[in-house]
Amino acid sequence: MERVPILKIGDILLVSIQIDMEDQVALRLQEDLADRIVATGCHGVIIDISALDIVDSFVGRTLATIASISKVLDADTVVVGMRPAVAITLVELGLSLPGIRTALNVELGMALLERERGDDSDGDEKEDEDDTGTSAVITS
Amino acid sequence: MTLSADEAARFAALLEEHEDTLVAAWTDRVATSLRGRLSQAELRRQTSELRRGFQQALSGAAQDLSAESAAELRAQLSELSTNRARQGFSATETAVSVIALKDAVLGILGDGASLRDYVAFSSFVDEAALFTFDSYVRVREELIADQAEQLLELSTPVVKLWEGVVAVPLVGTLDSARAQVVMERLLQTLVDTGSPYAIIDITGVPAVDTQVAQHILKTVVAARLMGADCIISGIRPQIAQTIVALGIEFGDIATKASLADALRYVLARTNKKVR
Repeated sequence: MERVPILKIGDILLVSIQIDMEDQVALRLQEDLADRIVATGCHGVIIDISALDIVDSFVGRTLATIASISKVLDADTVVVGMRPAVAITLVELGLSLPGIRTALNVELGMALLERERGDDSDGDEKEDEDDTGTSAVITS
Repeated sequence: MTLSADEAARFAALLEEHEDTLVAAWTDRVATSLRGRLSQAELRRQTSELRRGFQQALSGAAQDLSAESAAELRAQLSELSTNRARQGFSATETAVSVIALKDAVLGILGDGASLRDYVAFSSFVDEAALFTFDSYVRVREELIADQAEQLLELSTPVVKLWEGVVAVPLVGTLDSARAQVVMERLLQTLVDTGSPYAIIDITGVPAVDTQVAQHILKTVVAARLMGADCIISGIRPQIAQTIVALGIEFGDIATKASLADALRYVLARTNKKVR
């Protein structure tokens, strides 16, 4: 059976799906990824679907499940590279892929993960307060 | 009532014999109906060509307009209607140019001709007139289709406003076809340029109803799925009132009054996060 390779780049696991996402492949990927996150201790997962022509409800749900599993293992998931045609089809079908974060390409996906980590470690609200505080100091 | 071979031959001879009188009478009648919008010389050229076409068709024993010998006449008729359609004449004025032949022929018809002959000939001319009418409508429809296509191509540019920010200034009414083109072009540009922000400016959209809102919302959701954020700008006061009156919900999609506001908003967000 075909498998989707999982590459480790720094603190991020990169999954580039180049084959048709059949049900078995999707489930296998889900298991493999969970294993790899635990084994490597990575805090980010990027799933590149730019080679996928078809994203159906099952694949959509699998992606959402992967995101949830990663979250439990303290890793953020970003789905990148969705084709316009795929996005239009999903919208027409009324599937909005809830719970999945997206970015246009791998680079923006990595930037997004970096921001997330930064925000998380500082704490969102605290950073906001800091911001207003500093700007107030500057203006006065 | 179709034209018999015998009758056709007689009329062909008649058209040949009284060529000058016929063309003059025909041209006069057409000129009256067009009220001087085409020159007499031009009309004369057209009618004498048509006369030749009719004569050829009839001498080839054409029983109706679909006959082999009427091929040239058909070509002439469709050329005539094409020109008239492009010059802005009405369909009636175009058809009358052909129907006037009946009056002209009645003028040169001798006493010996039977009513039966004339009615048969007249139905042949009617057929020709209907043919002109058909071609006229077809040409008009082609014109309209061409213009619609040009409009579609012209009116949906996607422009880059800033590093990582593209804008779509929508101008004109949004129907399903245009919305589809806008959506596809915007999403493709997002992929090509890798811009995480898109501004949809609806200053040029004259009216926003539920359908238009639906199209815009679909575009925004599709862009989100791909990982880009959309901001809607250029909402005029009346449009805002309509949106609220119709109960359209834009949810958590950012809406701004002007393009400048939208750009400022995007820049503030990128600065804050990227820094």
